[in-house]
Formats: sequence, structure tokens, C-alpha cells
Amino acid sequence: MRHEIIEKNIGLLAVLVLVVISFGGLAEIVPLFFQKQTTEPVEGLKPLSALELEGRDIYRREGCVGCHSQMIRPFRAETERYGHYSVAGESVYEHNFLWGSKRTGPDLARVGGRYSDDWHRAHLYNPRDVVPESIMPAYPWLFDNQLDGQDTPSKMRALRRLGVPYSDEQIASATDDVQGQSEITALVAYLQQLGTVLPSSARVQ
Amino acid sequence: MSTLWGNDLSGFWSAWIIIITLGSIGLAFWLLYANRRTDKVPDSDGNVDTTGHMADGIAEYDNPLPRWWFLLYIGTVIFALCYLALYPGLGNFTGLLGWSQEAQWEKEVTEADARFTPIFEQYQAVPIPELAEDAEAMQVAERIFLNNCAICHGSNARGGNGFPDLTDEDWLYGGTPEAITHTLEKGRSGTMPAWQQLGEDNIENITQFVLSMSGNAEDPQRAAAGETMFTSMCTACHGPQGTGNQALGAPNLADDIWLYQAPGQSVADSVRETLRNGRNGQMPAQAEWIGEERVHLVAAYVYHLGQQHPDK
Repeated sequence: MRHEIIEKNIGLLAVLVLVVISFGGLAEIVPLFFQKQTTEPVEGLKPLSALELEGRDIYRREGCVGCHSQMIRPFRAETERYGHYSVAGESVYEHNFLWGSKRTGPDLARVGGRYSDDWHRAHLYNPRDVVPESIMPAYPWLFDNQLDGQDTPSKMRALRRLGVPYSDEQIASATDDVQGQSEITALVAYLQQLGTVLPSSARVQ
Repeated sequence: MSTLWGNDLSGFWSAWIIIITLGSIGLAFWLLYANRRTDKVPDSDGNVDTTGHMADGIAEYDNPLPRWWFLLYIGTVIFALCYLALYPGLGNFTGLLGWSQEAQWEKEVTEADARFTPIFEQYQAVPIPELAEDAEAMQVAERIFLNNCAICHGSNARGGNGFPDLTDEDWLYGGTPEAITHTLEKGRSGTMPAWQQLGEDNIENITQFVLSMSGNAEDPQRAAAGETMFTSMCTACHGPQGTGNQALGAPNLADDIWLYQAPGQSVADSVRETLRNGRNGQMPAQAEWIGEERVHLVAAYVYHLGQQHPDK
């Protein structure tokens, strides 16, 4: 029985398991690296501003992605509620993706412009103040914490290395752009631009 | 929008996917088929094959795979091949059924439009005051309101701190059908500037004067002192009597209805806060989100809410 050779050599077994698994990735993932659909930004897509970028990092830090997806699927029930379905070209500058996989709260892929800044601030300070039945946690510390912007240029440089077209001027002014701003301002700025590149509704175009 | 989803794989990547997919199905099938054993246990001499694995003197039989399991495996291979023939999966091959997720979505939307558009068109032809009397239309409108408006204005439309109550008689931008439709379609943006630079003493005087207009003044002396300042700086928007200006969205300050009042905050504190920091009221435009037909219905619903008010 030849399979004894494989079963008794853990290293060989591990290598062969990786080979078998890689077939799926080779067929499903690798071609996407070379497809226009996934590598070219949709028309009008811009990299996040320094403030929005810091807002995005707060979104990640607070774990918003655990309860909110950013991925509208092409079903009428979803496009009716959230707007046009998400397309790959909108996420070209996203590192990492915040598509999420669980909706305890609503999808946020196109929440930009949907509500006023004041609403977002009131809602993040205490969701129950505006939506009595909400189970979302409150984030009052975002109103006290201020950004110092020390790491913002490094973050932008890292993203530029990954292909996000930040200009030298944007990177140079990044610290000044965010310094002294409160975290809530940054987070609301990030939320208010989400999904605004494509037409907001699938029904009205 | 369909181009956004279009299959634009080059011939090379299409072939790459097809070869790997079919190749791995073929290999998996071959692996099992080549290794299958059909011998019976025990064989004709009465010997029993074992794997050679011994545990406490008990040997493990080296039996062939159960037939049902083997056939099930063959079944999954056949299923995979049928699936790949019917649905898109093999590179640029779109499948015999011609299915695509955006076509499925378009079909769903077309079907829904065919069903609902005539209803909305019928409602759109009816003027708002009349539509507001139509109980069935108001039921439809209520659902749209709850889905799109209640998040700020509340499910009972009574509003909240910074979000107008739609059931009272106080309208920031007017309560006529035209004004409500305009608010919904285009949105509104109201700005109260900050007056911090006047200093706390003046802010207190103006606060007391503003409160006096609705009979809430705590300090008549200060209220009297604040009147001159109010007249020179506030009347341009709020009017000489403080009754507001609907063209600007400047609130009526004399009616004892307060747009901004945080939970547990006194009216006086809220007015002080407004004067110190200013306010910024935003009503997002809805036409882009829900379309004109639904705007018309919701406008009728909001008009209807105003009509329900006991003072009417």
C-alpha cells in the first residue's frame, strides 16, 4: 500500500494537502488578479482623504465590520433598501476589504449622504436617542478622543505601495489635515462618503 | 450597469480556469477509481485482508469502500459536470441556461415594477390633499415612511432632539403640499451661526429674551437687555417678532416648540447651546433614493400627519 508513504510522512502529507487545496485558489482567485473588473476602479473613484482614512481605521478599531456588512448583493430586496448593488470596481482602493459577512445591523455600503452628520453623531453617541429599539453599542469616547495624525502619512504611503494613487501633496498635508480633529468627525466623514460614487439607487438613475 | 459584471476574462485565463476545474474533477475521479477494490471479504480461501494496523491484538480489516459511498461519490462528480454545463463556471462559458446574477436581479426588478408602477402612477395623479384622505394610500405611505424616514423622525413621526416633529403645526420650511414635496425631493439645509464671540453675558441676555417670546423668561431684566441685540442680529432670519421665516427654515421662536432639546436638558440650556455653537440642520434629499412617485406618497403622508393634529 503506497499511501503508507504519505500517511507516515507528515511533511509530505502537508505539502500534498496544500497542492490539493491550491487547485481551488488557482481557478477561483488567481484569475481575479488579472481581470479589469476587479483591478480597475469605477469612474470617479477617489482614494479616501486623510480624515476619511482615519475614520476608516476607527471603523476597523471599533469592530463595526462585525455587525455591519458593506456589500449589497444583487437581489431586489437588497437594492430596494440599500441602493445599487455593490460592484468590484468600488473596492479597488480598499485594503483590507470591509465587506463583512454578518448583518446584525444594516448594510452600510451606501449609507453616505443618507442621513445628516448630526444624525450620525447623535446615533453614535447613544443609538437609543434616535432609534429607541436599537441594540447597537454607544461610542461616546469618539467625542473625546482627538487625532494627532502622526501615523497618517505612513498609512497613506503604505496604501500607495499597494496601488492607491495618493499624491505627494496629500501625504505631506495628511498630518495637518487630521490633527486636532475628534474621532467622531473622522468616522462621520468616512461614513458619509460610503458608496457615493455609483448612483445611489438602482431604481432611479 | 451590466458591463460592470461582464465576463471579460482573456482567452488565456478562461482556458486556465477550464483546464484546472475539469482537470481536478478528472483527477479526483481517477484517484478513487484507480484505487477502488472489489474483492470480497473473506476471499475464497477463507483469508481475511487486514491493513496491518494492530491495536491490543485487534486487526483492522482492509475492506473495500461501501458501494453506496462509492456511488455517491460518482454522483457528486456527475452533479458537478451537469452544474458546470448549465451554469457559468468554466471561464467565459456562460452555461446552457444563460443564467447570470444581474439578469436574475433585473428580472426581479422588472416583475416588481410591472406590479407596483401602475399603483404608484395612479397615486401620483391624485393631488396631495386628496391623497391624504385615501386610507389605503396612507397605509402604503406609512410603510415607506417607516422604512426611510422613521430613523430620524421616529416611527410616530414625533421627531427628537434636532429632528422635527412632523405631527405638530410648526413647520420649519412650510406645511403646504408644495413645500413638503420640495423638502422631500431636494432636501433642506438650515444653518444657525454660532455667536460665541458675543461673550457669555450677551448670550445670557439674548437667551432670556428668546425665552420671553414664548413666556418662559427666568430673568425679565436680562430679557429686556437682550432685546436690542436680538433686534440687530437675529431678526434678519427669525423676524422682528421671532416668528421665523419659512423661506430660510428659521424656526419660530415664539411658539414654545423647540427643535433642539437633549434628553434632560432645559429649554434655556438648549437655547444657550444654540447661541454658543450654532446649529446645522440637514434634511437629506430623498428623490434620488426613493423616486418621485414615492416622494409624492410620503409628502401626502406627512401632510396627512399635520392634518391629524388636534389644533387643526
